[in-house]
Amino acid sequence: MELVVNRNRYRLVVDPARMLLWVLRDELELTGAKYGCGEGQCGACTVLIDGAPVRSCITRASAVAGKEITTIEGLELNGKLHPIQEAFLEADALQCGYCTPGMILSSVGLLKKTPQPSEPEIRRALQGNVCRCGTYPRIIAAVQMAAVQMAAGSPHA
Amino acid sequence: MPEIELERYELFEAPTYRFEPERNGFELERRDFFRFLGGGLVLLLALGDTASAQESGRGPAIRGDARPPELAAWLHIGEDGTITVYTGKVEVGQNIRTSLAQAVAEELRAPIGSVQFVLADTDLTPYDMGTFGSRTTPLMAPQMKKVGAAAREALIDLAAEKWKVDRTSVGVAGGKVNNIASGESVGFGELTRGQKLMKSVDGAAVTPPAEWKQEGTSAPKVNARAMVTGAHRFTSDLVRPNMQHGRVLRPTAFKAKLTSFDAREAGQMQDVLVVRDGDFVGAVAPDEMTLSKAVSAIKTEWTADPDPQPSNRELFDHLKKNAPQLPVQHGIEQGLQAADHKLDATYTVEYIAHVPLEPRAAVAEWNEGKLTVWTGTQRPWGVKSDLVEAFKIPEDRVRVIVPDTGSAYGGKHTGEAAIEAARLAKAANRPVKLIWTREEEFTWAYFRPAGVIDIRSGVSQDGLITAWQLDNYNSGPSAIETPYDIANHSAQFHPTDSPLRQGSYRGLAATANHFARESHMDDLAAAVGMDPFEFRMRNLKDARLRGVLEAATTAFGWMKARSEGAPPEPNHGVGLACGVEKGGYVATCVEISIVPADFLGAEVAPAPPRVRIDRVVTAFECGAVVNPEHLRNQIDGSVVMAIGGALFEAVEFASGRILNSRLASYRVPRFSDLPAIETVLVNRKDLPSAGAGETPIVGLAPAIGNAIFQATGTRIRSLPMAPKGFVKSL
Repeated sequence: MELVVNRNRYRLVVDPARMLLWVLRDELELTGAKYGCGEGQCGACTVLIDGAPVRSCITRASAVAGKEITTIEGLELNGKLHPIQEAFLEADALQCGYCTPGMILSSVGLLKKTPQPSEPEIRRALQGNVCRCGTYPRIIAAVQMAAVQMAAGSPHA
Repeated sequence: MPEIELERYELFEAPTYRFEPERNGFELERRDFFRFLGGGLVLLLALGDTASAQESGRGPAIRGDARPPELAAWLHIGEDGTITVYTGKVEVGQNIRTSLAQAVAEELRAPIGSVQFVLADTDLTPYDMGTFGSRTTPLMAPQMKKVGAAAREALIDLAAEKWKVDRTSVGVAGGKVNNIASGESVGFGELTRGQKLMKSVDGAAVTPPAEWKQEGTSAPKVNARAMVTGAHRFTSDLVRPNMQHGRVLRPTAFKAKLTSFDAREAGQMQDVLVVRDGDFVGAVAPDEMTLSKAVSAIKTEWTADPDPQPSNRELFDHLKKNAPQLPVQHGIEQGLQAADHKLDATYTVEYIAHVPLEPRAAVAEWNEGKLTVWTGTQRPWGVKSDLVEAFKIPEDRVRVIVPDTGSAYGGKHTGEAAIEAARLAKAANRPVKLIWTREEEFTWAYFRPAGVIDIRSGVSQDGLITAWQLDNYNSGPSAIETPYDIANHSAQFHPTDSPLRQGSYRGLAATANHFARESHMDDLAAAVGMDPFEFRMRNLKDARLRGVLEAATTAFGWMKARSEGAPPEPNHGVGLACGVEKGGYVATCVEISIVPADFLGAEVAPAPPRVRIDRVVTAFECGAVVNPEHLRNQIDGSVVMAIGGALFEAVEFASGRILNSRLASYRVPRFSDLPAIETVLVNRKDLPSAGAGETPIVGLAPAIGNAIFQATGTRIRSLPMAPKGFVKSL
């Protein structure tokens, strides 16, 4: 099958029933998407499929063949961090960092659909992402900061 | 500072598996510091008294190999000027990689970015008992400061020699050594080039908090960029050449015995290896899906433990029934006689799970009889010791490395995944990565202990507590002593038989003991008709605890909230709690509402209303603040984590099985549970810094319970308080 990940095309000979998470991690060594629960409940495995957040641990690789897949490794553009990555740094929106890639990609998906989200909209969009360290207030602040940055114009927006 | 309590929950268990011995006879290898560090300047810090005190825990300490055992830390300034510090602590999100770098940078007068840390590698770093008990900041940071200060003095010596000047005319600033008279300056590398200088640390003066320039500031997390780009490799992300994936087949229930085993089908699958060694059954495969298929194809039968295992329903009876009778301590009868109101109450807490987002994981690799394991653990030397014992190999043939880990919260003191990965790697003769499934993490890890707490007390009409007796069954002794001034008081911990495997959890039993005590305090205040804040102040002398109580209630607007709330508007209440533990002082005020349950559809019977936390104000004091932003982050995070244990988290179990072993059935706090959170830092530069990763968690549950009481008149004495919504007591 052919996977388009972070603007690169990969031809893979893998069982089409394999979950996207493990194909990304074990075949392409893109380990930014994490295993957290294996049932789409924690959001640590979130990647973007054609710009929309998807739980890669319950998505068969074959189902997204040919679609545009973005992982956390593909968010940097020409050596420049995405405004949400910058905002997570600025807001200190992490502790252990294990949920961070999934949080960031869910936030990118949100801002693509809703560039100026209200706080309840941010909460709803990220409800499926668990941060056990409890940095939720900072994550909300980071998404708000990024929304402002991106409205001001950014190559990523 | 009060003496910091050592860990009480160390799991004293026999090794999980008994493997066939296979003896190796390697000589211990002498290690030369400069061989692995390269030239330059090395500072060695001997273990002081505080560090030696860390060495309790189980069994004799394993020191790693032949390096001097009496060392606590070492610091190396390479010939290129790079500063590398070696310590056995681990990073699990509490940000000690940053705070310890601040400590060294402070003393070396160098930018924080020039200080690198090698953490928790049993071959490269000094022995450390483990990272727990909020002890890195009070115990390890002062050692880091000593070693940094000694390095600074050694650089001054080198420069004084180079310039042939008195050392008083040499200064260190901005990562450079300066000749004050001539204005000349050199980098650290220039001074250490061509040197192989080893020095012991002997009491160089460290910088006090009043003069801090780097400590005390909000230095950003040093490796945050690697976290937001996905570049950081957690244990579960590591890849070794020819690596395979491994998994263990679990029994159907706790204590079940393997009675039948058929791996013919699994063994015939391509590239699959099935391993059986006693009760250990596992498989190795090239990828996750093949592995899952292989494990499902292994046919086993297990016989349940003949002894009945208790379930949630019998839990609290079981805990009390099985507690050995302890001699009665100091009597409180005299105090009870003096009381105008007496109150007996029983509080219970359920088992809860840590749910670290990165489950237990390990990568194991055997190389010519030497075993290297990468794993996320809080006790790297404990895991090393387990591996030595499990595989009967000499200590110097085992290396444990802990990459910065996807959280722990006290839940990763053990090394199950390390042993399992090593056993499978040995059989496969290739590196094996083993990541526990979430279900395994919920079932085969360990839990925060359940407990029963009885309090008997008396209070006189003028608001003075005359008698206080607290008995804690199973949950633990942390913070069991009341901080209030009570003439007749006693507190006793009763160990008993725990139906489930239990161990450390952020704050240990301090959460349970604070829940019981601070709920009870509220009832006593109500009995004498006093405001809960005034009642606490009336019975409290400790100035630091009074300080945070005042800070929290002022920021919260307690008096106004109480006066407006009396009589309280329906279904709305405020509550407070306070306490001290591990050198940290906390006061928490909350505001809650009882709101209708979310709409479930007409078909479903109406659900009980739910408890919504509207606002939380925490005041915290832990001496001199090292990193304000990271401290706030820890406090906010503690508050969020505390919501789960306070309102809805509980492990459900019956007949040796966990019934809610998935994230879909075990609810953890999410964005929808988030209240407005405000944090007040009380910075005491005149006091030594205490750790802060745990204590801020203890006040939330009782403060919520007290707010529910104000809102509804119902006193809830069990944690979690509203697992299925708020239920009014009869």
